[in-house]
Amino acid sequence: MTEAILRKSIPEFRRGVQAGIGIGIGYFPVALTFGLLAKTTGLTVLETLLMSLVVFAGAAQYIALSLISLGTGIFEIILTTFIVNIRHFLMSASLNEKTADEHPAVKAVYAFGITDETFSVAATRDGTVTSGYMFGLIFVAYSSWVFFSGVGHIIGANLPQVLQESMSVALYAMFIGLLVPSLKKNMKIAFLAVLAACFNTIFTLSEILSSGWGIVTATLLSAVIVEFIEARKKQTGGRADG
Amino acid sequence: MDSKIFLLIIGMGIVTYIPRMLPFFLFHGKELPPFLQGILKNVPYATLGALIFPGILFIQEDITYGLVGAVSAFILAFSGANIFIVILGAIAVLTGYSYFF
Repeated sequence: MTEAILRKSIPEFRRGVQAGIGIGIGYFPVALTFGLLAKTTGLTVLETLLMSLVVFAGAAQYIALSLISLGTGIFEIILTTFIVNIRHFLMSASLNEKTADEHPAVKAVYAFGITDETFSVAATRDGTVTSGYMFGLIFVAYSSWVFFSGVGHIIGANLPQVLQESMSVALYAMFIGLLVPSLKKNMKIAFLAVLAACFNTIFTLSEILSSGWGIVTATLLSAVIVEFIEARKKQTGGRADG
Repeated sequence: MDSKIFLLIIGMGIVTYIPRMLPFFLFHGKELPPFLQGILKNVPYATLGALIFPGILFIQEDITYGLVGAVSAFILAFSGANIFIVILGAIAVLTGYSYFF
């Protein structure tokens, strides 16, 4: 029985690893810079590694560093982290609709590895997302994040500046690479993405919402509006276009 | 290790993990109303839109830099290139861009 499960999940794990390589590349410059900044903030290499091991959330870790250097209290930093990362609730809720049936305890383990990037890769996969796939995906992303955080601290130097700058596009390029193939096939997807992009741009530029809330609100607004339009179209016309 | 930093890291870890894990328990084995299911199915693509914009425009001070990266990634992806080519291609274009401008 367990053997059968294993035989099925090893290829899935491998597929997850393959899908995770893009994230591994993208995390490399971000984690390296995090390690470097952690050092200049006064964190030891152990503290830096521990933060990447325990938190595994890029944006929140960067914000924490700047708050530490400002002398902000622990409670405020933890609260800020919570607010910045609450968007993952929406991502997990969405992914839960797509993942293979599994004991919640197993899902609770891989839930730890849900980031903007692992979510995006898993959620745009064709078909069901298996647990083996999730573990493979997260394994690569997590290893890259933790390892290069440590390297950044120990080496204490950055990549050559030109490369450091150009590699900052990596994760965004990955998001575009995940979005565009689906967007080509389906107008609804294009509409969803463009609408959310517009909302988030408005929230960010007008500084109405901090970036964590901005992404959640823009995503929800877009997802609800598009679903509402869909539902109405079905109700009124009953035509099978669109 | 500074015990204050240690406490901070553990606290950050807990508040980050809870929102990631909770939905898998809350919605386990539950059939959500179709409208809600539809919304959750829309979330990935909406998230991608919000993650890309406006963030990509601000990767460097010069907005054109981000725009060049965005356009080259988009063209590569649209032409059907593999995701690694999209990532490495955008990096290559921007590396070239900073040599010339």
